[in-house]
Formats: sequence, C-alpha cells, structure tokens
Amino acid sequence: MALNIDIKEEQRKAQEVITQQGLRVLVCAGTGCVANGSLKVIEKFKELGADVSTLTEYDKMTIVPTGCHGFCEQGVLVIIPDKHVTYVKVKESDVEEIYESHVKNNQPVERLLYTDPATGNHVHKNEEINFYAKQTRTALANCGHINAECIEEAIAVRGYEALANVIASGNPDAVIDEIEKSGLRGRGGGGFPTGRKWRFTAANKGGKSYVVCNGDEGDPGAFMDRSIMEGDPHKLIEGMAIAAYAIGADEGYIYVRAEYPLAIKRLRKAIADAEAKNYLGKNIMGSDFSFDLHIKEGAGAFVCGEETALIASIEGERGMPRPKPPFPANKGLFGRPTLINNVETLANIPVIMLHGADWFAKMGTETSKGTKTFALTGDVNNTGLIEIPMGTTLREIVFDIGGGMRDGKKFKAVQIGGPSGGCLTEEHLDIPMDYDNLIKAGAMVGSGGLVVMSDKTCIVEVARFFMNFTQNESCGKCVPCREGTKNMLAILQKIVDGKGTMEDLDTLEELALAVKDGSLCGLGKTAPNPVLSTLKYFRDEYIAHIKDKKCPAGVCSSMTSYVIDPEKCKGCSKCARNCPVGAITGEIKSPFTIDQDKCIKCGACVSNCPFKAIERK
Amino acid sequence: MGKMIINGKECEFTNERNVLEVIRNNGFNVPTFCYRPDLTKDFGACRMCVVEIDGRMIQASCTTPPADGMVVKTNTEKVREIRKSILKLLLANHDRECTTCDKSGTCELQRYSEEYGIKDSDVKKFVQRKELLPIDDSAHTLVRDPNKCILCGACVRACEEHQEIAVLGFTNRGSRTVIQPMVGKNLLESECIGCGQCAAVCPTGALTIKSYTEQVWEELMNPEKKVVVQFAPAVRVAIGEMFGLEAGENMTEKLNAALRALGFDLVFDTNFSADLTIMEEATEFLGRLNNGGKLPLFTSCCPGWVKFLELKHPDMLDHLSTCRSPQAMMGSIIREYIPQYYPEFKAENLVSVSIMPCTGKKAEARREEFRRPDGTYEIDYVLTTQEIARMIKAAGIDIKKIKGEKADSPFGKYTGAATIFGVSGGVAEAAARTAYEVVTGEELKDVVINEMRGTNRVKTVELNLKGTPLKVKIVNTIREAEKCMREIKAGKADYQILEVMACPGGCINGGGQPMSCNDSTIKEKRAQGLYNDDATGELRKSHKNPDVQELYDKHLEQPNSHKAHELLHTTYRNRRKDCYISVGE
Repeated sequence: MALNIDIKEEQRKAQEVITQQGLRVLVCAGTGCVANGSLKVIEKFKELGADVSTLTEYDKMTIVPTGCHGFCEQGVLVIIPDKHVTYVKVKESDVEEIYESHVKNNQPVERLLYTDPATGNHVHKNEEINFYAKQTRTALANCGHINAECIEEAIAVRGYEALANVIASGNPDAVIDEIEKSGLRGRGGGGFPTGRKWRFTAANKGGKSYVVCNGDEGDPGAFMDRSIMEGDPHKLIEGMAIAAYAIGADEGYIYVRAEYPLAIKRLRKAIADAEAKNYLGKNIMGSDFSFDLHIKEGAGAFVCGEETALIASIEGERGMPRPKPPFPANKGLFGRPTLINNVETLANIPVIMLHGADWFAKMGTETSKGTKTFALTGDVNNTGLIEIPMGTTLREIVFDIGGGMRDGKKFKAVQIGGPSGGCLTEEHLDIPMDYDNLIKAGAMVGSGGLVVMSDKTCIVEVARFFMNFTQNESCGKCVPCREGTKNMLAILQKIVDGKGTMEDLDTLEELALAVKDGSLCGLGKTAPNPVLSTLKYFRDEYIAHIKDKKCPAGVCSSMTSYVIDPEKCKGCSKCARNCPVGAITGEIKSPFTIDQDKCIKCGACVSNCPFKAIERK
Repeated sequence: MGKMIINGKECEFTNERNVLEVIRNNGFNVPTFCYRPDLTKDFGACRMCVVEIDGRMIQASCTTPPADGMVVKTNTEKVREIRKSILKLLLANHDRECTTCDKSGTCELQRYSEEYGIKDSDVKKFVQRKELLPIDDSAHTLVRDPNKCILCGACVRACEEHQEIAVLGFTNRGSRTVIQPMVGKNLLESECIGCGQCAAVCPTGALTIKSYTEQVWEELMNPEKKVVVQFAPAVRVAIGEMFGLEAGENMTEKLNAALRALGFDLVFDTNFSADLTIMEEATEFLGRLNNGGKLPLFTSCCPGWVKFLELKHPDMLDHLSTCRSPQAMMGSIIREYIPQYYPEFKAENLVSVSIMPCTGKKAEARREEFRRPDGTYEIDYVLTTQEIARMIKAAGIDIKKIKGEKADSPFGKYTGAATIFGVSGGVAEAAARTAYEVVTGEELKDVVINEMRGTNRVKTVELNLKGTPLKVKIVNTIREAEKCMREIKAGKADYQILEVMACPGGCINGGGQPMSCNDSTIKEKRAQGLYNDDATGELRKSHKNPDVQELYDKHLEQPNSHKAHELLHTTYRNRRKDCYISVGE
C-alpha cells in the first residue's frame, strides 16, 4: 500500500536536526538520576553552554535529557558521545569543571570517570565499563542515548521505519509469521511465544479488537518497563501499532501504574507527537489502518499485572483475576478479542521487524531467543538495569557485569524472578539462563528481578520478605492465595523469630503445595516459589533456625546477640552512653558487659565502638 | 456434545456450562462454596471444586469448559489435600461458634468440614481469627456477620446479577479483604431492598435472615395474648422441603394444623388477601384505563420492587398501584374486623403474625404507612418459611403425620387465582381472569394463560378482552425491571400493565424460602406446586371467592370504595434521603 510519507526522508531530516545540535551532552533524566539531582546538572550545563563563544570545536552545545542508562547507582550519568566519555556520580558542582576542562579544553576530568573495582583503573568509554561490556542492548538500545521527549530523536534512530514498512507491505499475516519465526517469547514472565499469541488473537479478526500493553510493573526492584517507557516511549508505541496492524485492532491501551508519573508524562507526549505526525490515529501514514492509543493509569495493585485483572481494571471493575478460559485472545477487554503484551515484549517488535527474525533468533538459546533485561541488585559491585542475550550464565552476570561480590563477600545465591521466582545457588552459576532452564531449576525469568545474595543474607528472611509482599498484594479472591499466603507468612515469621518447630516446616510445605496447585491466578500459583526453592536448596538454614535457634547469616535479630570482647574493650563507656535502653554497664577502663535481657539489638553500640570490640553473634 | 471419562466412567455431555455440571449430571459431585448454577458470572474463587484433568494438572471444575475426550478425576489424593487445606484455612479464619449459629445444620462449611473429617487440632495450626468485627443487624431483613464470611462472593454476584443494585462489594486486599456495603456503611442505610437473594446463596452464617422467632414464641406463650397468623402463597409449596418432603408439595392444610398446634389462635391465608388485591387492583387498572390515568400500571405486591422504585425512580411512583400488598391488606383487615367477629380478640391483646417466603416483607411491615397511632405496627412480626419450620420442629410437631385442617373464617378461603401469586406472572394471570369477566361481562372458560407461566425473567403477553387489546409485561429480578424503567422513560413501552417481582422466578424463590441455591430445578417444582393448587381448586377467579364477596357486601361496599381505600391502599414517597448514598444521581 502506498503511503503518503517517505519514512527514509523523515529520518534524514531528523538526523539533520541532530547534526545541527552541535556538541551533544547526554544527561540521564531517568527517575534514579532525577532523584540524584540530574535536573540541576542539566540546568547548570545549559547555563554554561549559553555562551557559545567559549566553545572551540563546536558552534553550539545541546544538553539532551535522556532516559535511563541502567547504571543508576552511579548516577548522575553524563555522556558526551563525541568525546567518547562517560562521567559518573556527577553533581551540580562538578559541571563547571567538566565544561571548563573537557568541553572547552579537551582534558577529561579523571576523578569523575568510572573506577573499575577490580583494577582500580579509570574507564573512559561507556562500552569499556565492565557493567556494559557484556550487555547486548536491543530493547534498551536507545534508552539513555536519545531525548525521550523528542520524536525527531526517535525517528533519527529509525523509529517508525518498521511500522511504515509493515503498513506498506500490506500483509498483516507476514508480520505474525516474522514474529513467530523470531522465537520471541513474552517478557512479562510467563514466556509464552509471542507470535502464537498474536495468531490466536488474529484468528478472531473481524469485529473490534484491542491491543493492550501491560506496563503494571510491580515486582520489587524491577524497573525495565519503566526505563523503556521513560527512555524510549516511541519504540513501545511503534511496537503496539505493528501489533495492532498484525492482529486487526484499531484501539489500544497502555496500562501504567500511577506510581510512574514520569513514564506517564513521556508516554502522553509521545502519543501526542506520534498523532501529530499521523503515526497514530486515523488512516496512519495515508493507509486504511487506524489505531487509537490510550493510557490507563493503574492504582498500584500488583495483581493488576495479571492480564485478566488488568482487563477488569481497565473496564473499571475491581482488579481481580478472572478464570481462564476464556483467554483474552478470544474474550478480553470489554468482551472483545484482546492482545496483551508486556512493555519489553512490544519494544522488541520494531527491532525484529527492522533487522529480521533471523537476526533476532541468532541471539539466545535453542528455546529462548533474543535478549532479556534484568534488574540486578544486591551484594554485587555494579547494580542496575542490564540487557543480556538469553543463555548468558549467572556467573557472567554476577562476576562480569556485576563486577563481582561487594566488599569481598562470598556468593551464596540469587533470587531471580521476584516474588514469583526462586533461588539459584552456586551449582547454577554456569547454566545458561533461559525460560526453560530456570523453570527446571525451580525459578523463573519472571519480570527479571535479580537479587544477588551473599553469606550475610538470611535465606529464611528472604523467603519471609517475598511472602510478605505476595500476601499484601494478593487480591483476596481465592482461598488458597488469600489464606494460604497469610499462614505461610505467619510460619516464616515464627521461624525468623526463633519460635519455629519442625512441624511448622511440614505445614509450610503442605500449604505451599495447596497454594501452588489450588490458586486461581499466576500470583497465587507462583507465590510459594521462593519458599519451595529455598527449602530445596537451603533446608539446613531453616533447620538451624528451628533446632539450633541460630541464624547462620547472623541476620535474624531474635537469634543474634551483641557481645563485648573483654580483650578488645578499653572501657571507654562510649557504647554505654549510646545504648538507648541502658543495657550496657561497666566501670571506666575495665571491660563493659551487655545485659542480654535488656538489649534490643539495635546495633548502636557496634557502630559507636572505636575499638571494634563488639561483635554480633 | 461429547464424551469424557469421569472417575473411570464414560460420561456424555451436551451443553453443560462447565465440567462441574457434567460431573453433577453424571452421578458424581464435587464440593463448592462459590459456584451457584443460577449465577452466570464464573467466579472460581473457593477452589473447592478442583479436579485432576489428565494433561492439564489441577483445575477448578466450575471454570473449565467441557471438552471431548477429557479424563477427569474428582477424588484423588491431591485434590482431597487441597480441599482439606482450604477447609482448614477457612475454619481458622472463621468464627467457629457453630452450635449457636443461625446457619447450623444448613451451613456448607460445616457440612464439608464434617465430610472431610477436619479436626480442631488441624485448624489450630493456622492463624486464628483474633478480633471479631462488629455484626451488622441494623436492617429489619438480614443480619451480616463478617466473622463468618468466607469471601466466596456469591452474595456480591447475586445482588449485582439479579438486582443490578450491587449493595455488597469487596473492599481491601489480601487477607484484609472484606465484603460489605459501600464505604463500610450498614445495611439499613444502604440501597438494599431486602430481597434476601444474598442470604439465599450464602454458604455460611455470614448473611442470615433476621429472626423474630423468639418474640413470636413469647407472644404464643402469653395467655393474655391472642395471636393471629397468615401465610403467603409460596410458603405452602416450599415448607415441606424443611421436613424432607419434595419441593412443590402442597402443605396448606397441614400447615394450618401445625400453626394451630403451635398455639396460634386464628389461622388465615394470605391467599384470601391476594384475591382481595385482584379486586382492588383490577378495578384500579380499569379505572386508569378508562379515565386516562397513568399507565402502565405497576404491580405493588413485591416490597423489594416497591423500595427500589422509591429509591431509584421516585419520579415513577405514580405508575405504582396504590394497592397494599396482600400481606399488608390482610394485616389491616385483621386489625379492623377480627375484633368484630371474635369478641375475645381486642385491639390491646391481638398480635398479628405473618409467614412469608420473603425477607423484604419484614421491612415492609415496618413502613411508617403501616404504623398505628400507638407506635405499634399493623403486623407485629414477619417470619419466613425457614423460621416457622424451625418453630414447628422445636415444638415437636410432626408435620408429615399431622392431619390437615381448614383455615379459619371469615378470611380463610382462597381461589386458584390467588395461589399463583407466588410465582412470577401469577398476579397478571389472576388479574386477567377477573378483568376479562368484568370488561366483557362473559364467563371465562379457559382460565390458564400459558404465556404468563414459568420462571423466565421476561414475558410479554397480549390479550384481547373482546375488542379491548391489553398488553402485559411480566418481569422478575430488578435487573429486568430497571430495563423496563429505561424503556418507559424512553417512551418505548407499549404495555399497560407491568408485573414485577424482585426474586428470580417470583416469591417461590424468595430470600426466606428453604435453601435451594445448588439446585435450579427446585423453583420449577415449587411453581408447579402452585399451578397444581390452582388447577385442583374449586374456584379459580378472585371475584368468585365467597369470603371476599362477603367482605365487600358487609363492610367495604365495593372495590376502591372510600373504606377500601382506607384499609387496602397506601402511599409511597421518595426514599432517597433514607439512604446514605443517592442512587442513580
């Protein structure tokens, strides 16, 4: 079908605009960096750059607020691509130095460069930082490199080219074929083959159909969907438009949690800009394909990430899951056939359509193609958002990308897949991570939360933490999830409090199986996973809590005590003066003692002891 | 259409909605709290009906569509374990005051716990309900005890699906979830119309009928008091179920006898006042038809429907017949004339009790229109079928063996036209029989109007009264009534009479009837029981009732007379202000 726009020409014009920007200084304006003060950094740069006469090589400097780079703990990140440099932990007060030294006089500011924790060397280039070196960014490719609020920047990096090609080809089925061939699977956690889902929905073509984007990212610590929505909203919109074209939908919803105000703001702007260019709306690019896109703000219920609850929520009903079948592909939003895909899944669509299914399928493993984003946190040196080819091993993630264990701690396990996932241990470090291998190991890709734990992490406490989360977020509809998680949490709390019995462990397992097999939706069915996998791999640690009343990691305060080493104690009384409950007594210049009955285990004594004489046991 | 294997037995299925229905139709059963065949929204919340399906692991049978070749096992170790865990979890969170619970004996949680052999020691392993939430007994009709609620959501769906009122809803999340009226208000201040369909589907004691049996016992035991009782059409064909008899069995005469044995001094039949209602309402209708009055005329027998109209459509109240309901007509007739016929019955010692299939009647009896100058009400106590059955049992009366007796006179006789009031369409059919003879002056030979019969939710019937065409619409459930309101407001209604009953199928399926929510056929059997009563009676037209004729001859002169208006008619008002939230605004 002939289109009334030439997307290549649009691209050329957009690139022209960018060339005219002169020296581009990319400052991260993702949520993490904004919290670290990036808006002030941007203002400062703008203020300094206003006087163009001071620039030597360039006639102009443009400050580009970008989306998230993923390396949030090092924020504020400032990248100057032309000078091949990435600055980390930049503060407003550093801006002048960067400007004077590097922008004007080409002298890099060494102290603001990333320091490799292993070698202690400063690293200049982004791609040389160990955090980025093993990543393959496709869904996140543009995040951090373009101004998310400027449609031209998206067009300049081939935004909407895939959509134009797809509409021009006039063959919706071919799109589904291509997606099926690519082997893309749902990135929201379930890993259902995307192409197949599209085909099921397309089979109901004819009447009204919907495309819904699930942006109700709720896993604790996961922020890949937010980063895409904030950093490259046009890619998501383009992905949705392609999906709509393929399955014959003319209306779509992006369901975003209201806790993501920046994502909502940028999506709204992006939708308006795309509509203005007729990349959305009626008769897109002069074709007979129309697609209207709306944003629905969720009120923050985790369960609304479950597709049927999400549909209920858009319909204005209480966000409670509905039984499947009927599947949304047959009877979804407002009773019509509905395609629901996750943000990351949809962000992969334009890339696949541009580079081809074969290119995409080259990445990954036999059954899981492409890349996957993970939110890497915990006891590693580098934390943040990463995107890696499927099949990357845990060892590469923890020790290469993550830069190894923090403070020389010993690796113990990772919790992968958030509250629905499970624990993996040292024995899993070298298995290629993909959907099926993780399921086999008792975990799941989930939304991609990845928490690295050291020997200082109590595994029972981790299970308790996640159970507390699911218990709070259970919708309350089905009995196993509502009552079962409540009781599982109570037992875990009992164990952590040092009051558990071996019989509790049996009850815990009985409940875990009832909740897993008996629950209505995915939230309940997967809620016991953290417990089941930790019981499988760390049963000894549970038993230590129960039988020996000991927390091997020294975390559970009910089972730890603070003791003053009389050899090291100089009798300075600083601990006693700082103890909020008066549990520490002694005579000056002789060793002090802690009354264990009074001690509330706050740890104030440890942090105040100048001689490191107080130990937690 | 297809075949599946259930527990090793080949079973055929046709158009069953789900695997659970197939299981039930083939001689097996699975437990469930939340599945109710008359509610259409598949819910799948309680998970008690889980079964093992080959190749699909464990599924809730109530939400799984039947498929050819399916292999289903309903009773494996795994599913038994899940069911037992669910029961234990529910019991741990339940106020287990079972012996003193109103639902004791009919509680499904109690029943399954017994069947699955749940021990208290198993339940004690789990977190026990700590503090008891306040019980809501604000309303005249129902009592809501959140400490007994297992959150199956049946009440929420009943109120929304049948009545489109949605008084009850889920609030909060996770284990803090509760079901309650909006913003935690009590039932009295809510938009509840008192139909009791929520209690009729509640598996536990979370929603029960507000009981007045103790007060009635007290009156019966008081030698100073003279207690008069009436019972409604639908009661007679359902009360037998409480004593192990088949639904639909006509218990009129045995109930008369049992009530006397209980100590009621006079036993009357609300069917008498149903006949009276026809006299008044048919006359009112013909008056409106001939004098250009407000049409369509709405029937006014159902208290839920009347309250709904007063709350939601006060602008439509002039459509509503001014006739009191049969219960209220009987109430005023008893007060007015019994002391004349029975001198030992005096205004100060007469106690009036009615037995109804309906919870809403309890609230109707407390309407200010029926309050007497001394602050008491024309009817003192309204009991439901369930409550009177309990009293009969407690008194040790074997209703199966008791010899039937006639009702007392002068208000004991009834016609077949009156008895069918208990099923949706009955009022219209009864009115048509009388209207035909009044309008045409000819005798109606074939009295049955089949198009008006059955428990379908919507029936539209065109009649021809010898040249006078008459169109009648009959609906049950407020959901359907609401559609009619929209229709009338849009000027699209071409009927002259609208009969509304709030309960699905009419009074036979009222909120006060014996529990029947797991068996859709019961209401059909009860309806058939009433149709049989009509078919076998001598008199089938209200105006032929000799007791009714005598009442007019001796006291009321003629239908719609001044005296008739005083005793048999009432007024309505906008009740939006009675409700904490103005519905429909």
